Amino acid sequence: MTSPNSPNSSRRSFLKNTGQLLIGFNLLPLTFCQSKSEILDGGISSGSQVRSSMGSDIIDSWIRLDAEGKVTVLTGKMELGQGIRTALMQMAAEELDVNMDIVTIINGDTGQTADEGYTAGSGTIERSGASIRKAAAEAKFFMVNMASEKWDESPENLSVKNGLIQSKNGKHKISYWELLDGKFLEGKVTGNAPLKNPKDHTLVGKGILREDIRKMAQGEAFFVHDLRLPEMVHARVLRPPSYGSILIDLDKESVLALPGVLKLVVDGRFIAVIAKREYQAIKALEFLKSAAKWQTEPLSPQQADLFSEMKKKSLPPQQVEEAKHINTIIGNSPQILEATYLRPYQMHASAGPSCAVAEWKDGKLTVWTPTQGVYPLRSTLSDFLGIDTKDIRCIGLPGSGCYGHNGADDVSADAAFIARSFPGKPVRVQWMREDEHAWEPYGSAMLLKLKAGLDASGKITGWDCGIWSDTHSTRPGGKAGHFIAARHLEKPFEFQPGGFSGGSYRNSSPLYNIPSKNIVLHNYKGPLRTSALRGLGAYGNIFALESFMDELANLAAIDPFEFRIKNLDNPRAIEVIKTLKSKCNWENRDQSGRVGYGLAFAQYKNSASYFAVVAEIHKSPTGGKFRLHKLTGVIDSGQCINPDGLKNQTEGGMIQSASWTIMEAVQYDANGITSKDWNSYPIMRTNDVPEVEVHIIDRPKEKPLGAGEAAQGPVAAAIVNALSSLLDKRVYELPLKDYFV
Amino acid sequence: MIEKIKLLINDKKREFEVDLEEPLLYILREDANLYGPKYGCGMGQCGACMVLVDGRAQPSCLLTCGNLHEAKIKTIEGLAKNGNPHPLQEAFFEVQAAQCGYCLNGMLISAVSLLEENPSPSISEIKEALNRVLCRCGTHSRFIKAVQLASEKSQNA
Repeated sequence: MTSPNSPNSSRRSFLKNTGQLLIGFNLLPLTFCQSKSEILDGGISSGSQVRSSMGSDIIDSWIRLDAEGKVTVLTGKMELGQGIRTALMQMAAEELDVNMDIVTIINGDTGQTADEGYTAGSGTIERSGASIRKAAAEAKFFMVNMASEKWDESPENLSVKNGLIQSKNGKHKISYWELLDGKFLEGKVTGNAPLKNPKDHTLVGKGILREDIRKMAQGEAFFVHDLRLPEMVHARVLRPPSYGSILIDLDKESVLALPGVLKLVVDGRFIAVIAKREYQAIKALEFLKSAAKWQTEPLSPQQADLFSEMKKKSLPPQQVEEAKHINTIIGNSPQILEATYLRPYQMHASAGPSCAVAEWKDGKLTVWTPTQGVYPLRSTLSDFLGIDTKDIRCIGLPGSGCYGHNGADDVSADAAFIARSFPGKPVRVQWMREDEHAWEPYGSAMLLKLKAGLDASGKITGWDCGIWSDTHSTRPGGKAGHFIAARHLEKPFEFQPGGFSGGSYRNSSPLYNIPSKNIVLHNYKGPLRTSALRGLGAYGNIFALESFMDELANLAAIDPFEFRIKNLDNPRAIEVIKTLKSKCNWENRDQSGRVGYGLAFAQYKNSASYFAVVAEIHKSPTGGKFRLHKLTGVIDSGQCINPDGLKNQTEGGMIQSASWTIMEAVQYDANGITSKDWNSYPIMRTNDVPEVEVHIIDRPKEKPLGAGEAAQGPVAAAIVNALSSLLDKRVYELPLKDYFV
Repeated sequence: MIEKIKLLINDKKREFEVDLEEPLLYILREDANLYGPKYGCGMGQCGACMVLVDGRAQPSCLLTCGNLHEAKIKTIEGLAKNGNPHPLQEAFFEVQAAQCGYCLNGMLISAVSLLEENPSPSISEIKEALNRVLCRCGTHSRFIKAVQLASEKSQNA
């Protein structure tokens, strides 16, 4: 689409044809990158020029205006299905005063975008959004001042509409693009540019529809899985049967004789086959399975002994929050409660197995990847392959939803390693279903031990929490040992866990007003590979904390809403809970005994979105089992950028958490992981999903808060609380599948 | 065994020389450049690879080419008529029925198959029709809404 604001065509062709200006002008790479489908057709490797980020403090790193009359937003964060592309474009268009239809966005690309680390922790809108918003405001400020000088008019007398600057007296007008005349916005983001008053927002706060959903609905190529480059070949990796398996023997010759097979890559116990066609690679993989002989080291402890071993074999405890004399404080309380909660290993279980494409050409590596962090991936590939980061470009493309650290980085490492042994041609690697299920790093099993005291009025006097957990982050932040491929080489890279992350105690500290809180973390190196799964430790911690709150409310004989409000002094938390109480029509709930209700609340990370939820469970007419009927949630994410996007994310989080909570636990035995497909690791399907309802408390004057993980923990506790109310007993262990239809 | 097979894909006659054991999914993605159907499990458990075979939704990862000679295949790319998107494609966009979108193909193809047979399905019929397709983002409630919307619109048209 050509904007009426674009410079005239002769100017454009001049810019296009002038070498020097081309490098100085961002016309080609940006117009080129506007369409993902163009990239997916393979064009990006055609040598078009790409301009690197000049650092996070420069406007050009976030906002570019091209010669076609368009605006390109750049973000180091990835689109993972959260809808951040649309939300970030809204924020930029708002501050720049341009229409959405001339705005495009480029996500994570080490050749173009700023280094924003990982797309994680619900931080995109809070961080990338804030940077883009400031840069857009600065760009507008700069251009309005340029026009002001040009016309000798005060900036107050100028207004902007869809990128057209006009003087109020009607004498002058010029578009951003004409004004810039091919120049970059290389100025610093000084922070001096005023941000718009939220009451003047016309785009932020609107449920602008995600255009990428239109593309997907029409089957347009969109995912990294759909990337097709000229002469591309296909590879599959044969993983060992279990983490500790040793390769004893491999019949290489007969594999090489199979149709289409181009090469076998074997280094230690890393085995990959390259073939012309995808199906040929898959057939060769099937053959390899029988051609390889392994010796397997048994996994230990066995699943039945996991939690007792976890308590016995944890590392020396780490004090997270300290309250002296906590035992005395709780011990002196009129009422005391103690409970232990268990959460199993659970998986990301992405719908599409991880996929990446890599090309090694003239000593340089390009990787098209669904990673959550192109820069950390690049530095880790540099460590892995022993080449300089400047010789590696990681281009982020959408993958199947990952919900944390799934196989995306590992498959990128696989592709890079295989491509190096097969230079000159792009190599596409996609994991098989069992690779994703058995090799992704799971959300860690956790044991949570809580103890608290209540005073006579129902106020909590003291809180004592013990957490037992494996790490919740083993993302590859520069150390090759975090890649499966690197650990499997003849000369393996050692896995250096780099300390246990704070993810384990995320949300373990109650937001409630409790005078004494004591929290102790017991790190445990468990049998399975673990890393960040949506919410990290918050899922287990909130499940325990909010189950425990329900038990405390019962002990105090106070309504669960009232009990929480009584123990809170955070006004936004209280409002979320009160709003939920009226939205779910609590006072008129069914008290026949056939329906159970459970409430839970948390502010994610105690710093992001506030979320409260009620689960409604129905007793099945036959068989004494239950069905999750409905989830009603209320969320306060501060200033809401896109209400429909926020609802979509929250609904998704609610259903996903319901699936984890009711159905999911990774199974394994001595020989390895046994949850290898959707039958052995079932997740919730359409027939079982509850009705979901989400209400937003919009606070346009507050800063936007991360929302993508807010629902995970509270939904677990709400379901458990609802179930416990119907069972007349407490359930302490997830998943709940024995109780559900 | 490599042989020539004829297929009618999105109303166009196509010929492929293929291993007769090769599932349709790979022919579509690699030879016909149709990327809508996705690999999800290769075992017919997840439905990411759904296509319409003679009007009925089927997982293409299990359909070996040897059994498909002269079959009539429709993929998500072939649903538009005279350049206008299928009403279900419109409805999926309108309801914003996707998060990551990987399962969208399977959901949409299953919905097309359902509405062909049953233009005004109940909610439980919609749920049953979409139950074969696995969604990990938790977008189910929107898929159901999108099918209802498309069904209502076609009733009122």
